[in-house]
Amino acid sequence: MISAMEEPPASSPTAEDAKTNEAGTPKLGTPKIPPPTGTPQDNGITSPNPNIALNMAPKEQDFLNAKSYLLKTSIKSNLNLYDHLSRVLTKVLNERPENVVDVFEDISKDVKRSGFTSQTDTILDKVDKSTEVILAQVQKPLFEKNQEEAEHEGGEDEVETPLPNLPELMFYFEQAGIGMSREEMMRIFLALKQLVDNYPLQSCRFWGKIYGTEQNYIVAEVEYREGEEEEEEEEEEHETEDADLEKEDEGEGEGEEQEEDDTPKPDYKPPPVIPKEDNRTGTNKKTFFVCNEPGQPWVKLPPITPAQIVGARQIKKFMTGRLDAPIISYPPFPGNESNYLRAQIQRISAGSQISPLGYYQFDEEEEEEEEEGTRENFMENPDFEGIPVKDLVDPSLSNWVHHVQHILPQGRCQWFAPVQQQEDDFEDEEEEEEREEPDEPEPEIGPPLLTPISEDVEIENIQPWSARLSSALVPQYAIAVLQSNLWPGAFAFGTEKKFENVYMGYGHKYSPDNYSPTPPPAVQEEYPSGPEITETEDPTPEEEMALRAAQQEAMEAAEEMEDPEEDEEEDDE
Amino acid sequence: MESEGLHLNISYVGSCGVILSAEQKAALETSLVILQNNHKFNRVFLWGKILGVKNDYFIAQGTGDDEMTDRKTLYSLDCVTWGLLPQATQAIRDQCSVVKGRFIGDPAHEYEHIEIQKIGEGEDATEEESTIMIKEEDRLAAVVADIDEQVSIVPRGAFVKTPHGSTLQNRSFEGLSVTEAGKLHNYFHFREPVRLNEKTLLEKADLDKSIDFLDPIHEDIPKGSWSLKFERGSGLVTLTSLLWPGTTFYHVPHTRKYGWIYVGTGEKNKDLPFML
Repeated sequence: MISAMEEPPASSPTAEDAKTNEAGTPKLGTPKIPPPTGTPQDNGITSPNPNIALNMAPKEQDFLNAKSYLLKTSIKSNLNLYDHLSRVLTKVLNERPENVVDVFEDISKDVKRSGFTSQTDTILDKVDKSTEVILAQVQKPLFEKNQEEAEHEGGEDEVETPLPNLPELMFYFEQAGIGMSREEMMRIFLALKQLVDNYPLQSCRFWGKIYGTEQNYIVAEVEYREGEEEEEEEEEEHETEDADLEKEDEGEGEGEEQEEDDTPKPDYKPPPVIPKEDNRTGTNKKTFFVCNEPGQPWVKLPPITPAQIVGARQIKKFMTGRLDAPIISYPPFPGNESNYLRAQIQRISAGSQISPLGYYQFDEEEEEEEEEGTRENFMENPDFEGIPVKDLVDPSLSNWVHHVQHILPQGRCQWFAPVQQQEDDFEDEEEEEEREEPDEPEPEIGPPLLTPISEDVEIENIQPWSARLSSALVPQYAIAVLQSNLWPGAFAFGTEKKFENVYMGYGHKYSPDNYSPTPPPAVQEEYPSGPEITETEDPTPEEEMALRAAQQEAMEAAEEMEDPEEDEEEDDE
Repeated sequence: MESEGLHLNISYVGSCGVILSAEQKAALETSLVILQNNHKFNRVFLWGKILGVKNDYFIAQGTGDDEMTDRKTLYSLDCVTWGLLPQATQAIRDQCSVVKGRFIGDPAHEYEHIEIQKIGEGEDATEEESTIMIKEEDRLAAVVADIDEQVSIVPRGAFVKTPHGSTLQNRSFEGLSVTEAGKLHNYFHFREPVRLNEKTLLEKADLDKSIDFLDPIHEDIPKGSWSLKFERGSGLVTLTSLLWPGTTFYHVPHTRKYGWIYVGTGEKNKDLPFML
């Protein structure tokens, strides 16, 4: 049976072929090509085609006719059904799929389709690198040992590295069902290693991941070693100088125009620009590096300005994944996506980075120095004894504290008093900011550093933090997991002595209500409205007539009045 | 996401922040098998997770003979005991659409909603307040139904409509090619088609009746509500919905592997038009 089916495809489906088959009729009685139905031989009467098969049984004749019909080549596709069916059946019998009757049509289609693809390619065998290969080549250096390390290997003087033990930390997060696949985490770990090797860093931390619409951002939080940042700072200064120059240029341009054209000057005075905080203080305490895929070069994010924080609070945009993408929004955001990303990172850090109570403590020496301002430096407490997990998940949450400074509505951590009093504007907009704002108008004061998270304000009856154990079945070995409800995606875990924060999300603050953009300001008045410039209605002809008549009367009356006067005057004289 | 081979499938969406802890995975692998047996499902899917303030809901779905219509939804708080979700009728869905805020994590929790109705017309109108209590279980069913309707997607060709009208898996589906996988019109909403019936004959002329019987997602409003990303170069395509943040669809090009999962707070992103 199988051999019978395999035979026809070898033959070409032409008319000649059909003839040869017909010529070979005497062999038909053999089981090679069995007739479709009924018995093969039956002595009958006549056949419709006498000149071919005079000595042939009618059933055989029918069969021949049917076969020749099936072998008829389609004028469109140059195929015939006989060959096609035999190919399909061959495929079915070779592959033996289950419930073949259900997919018969698809197999038939497949067979037809395969006939059209050319088997040999005349074009040179040059395969374009797929993006998969390109990425793999980018990532390959991650897995190569660098030479210096190889030399140092075995040496006893192991230098303390700022590289965090990311696999361990992620192992804890994975217990809580947070994080990413292990392979990706390993790649990020190696990428962080690259970062530590290439830059003079004092501390380095995997901050988290922010999802974008086109690509994601992997964010690393670092601190430069003391003094090592100078070079980079210089660069930054150049940048800022350039920016200042540009601003000045703009200012001058405006000035010239005013002189030449003598156009009226707008009486709007922009509020004083609030200076950004220096590196290593306040909002710019940490530096952030981002990349889209581990292995790609790390890009340093620019330092943040208060205006950008204020701007970022008013808008809600998806990140795209391209740092130079413009932010099209209302109110306009001062900067591009890298600035927006930096602002969101800072806001998230301020709102959701927490540590167990007592892990950090204030430096007592500095405390005396900085009595006036808020304290912003702290150090690890060497005597920290750890808090049992049971207490860490206590619903009062008083065992967790914020260790990143609260950002004031102004956009800074340290209050900066502008020359003019303009704070009111800022405060109205920022009533719902991260944490409760004390009602003191000025200067703005946020909660001090290391404030317990139990002081955080509720979001419309939703508690700001949820604490739970990682395992309900084996609580004695479980870890404490805290999840921020204000910044969905921000998590922290805590065990006896270890803790870590991570953020994985879109970088938006939670609000049960819809976001509504600030309405545009009311249209400015062109001139003060008053009676002298108000248009009056034209008088009707009747009114005009009446007025004229009245005037005439008045004139006449006046003349009459004048006459006696004149008389009198004359009399006087 | 099919429960068979869950540990493999879940690793495809790891880059989108969806992972299960070892305990959850182990529990699910055990309990979903029992679930399949008890409810006589053909296939069982891990639908996803809805994050509550106090507790998270795990949702599973089982299908019978028809993949689209014969579908039951179950939920669990501990990945072990599963309860059937009530049927989300249109009335329940309308009622639950007024609830806002996060899920609590307690199916018996009742949301209070004060509805203000105006009685009478003109100056005589008086406002009457009526309080409606909405059970969280109902809201859960409504949200699951909404998500199923709006963001449950399959690649083109993965399902066929038979001449009898039932929807079945296409056994000869071999996956989309890399270039095809990068185009949104190759992904379909897995629901009864809505927009297809509104198309003109001319538009429908090129469609394959057995394959193109669903609504493609590139017509979704607003444009850009899907974010398509290639992971690992081009070895994996992930589609995330920005309308329901937390919806992650994956497909490995040139293979039959595809699926989706929802891990999120169960709230629709109503701010989407401002955020694009």
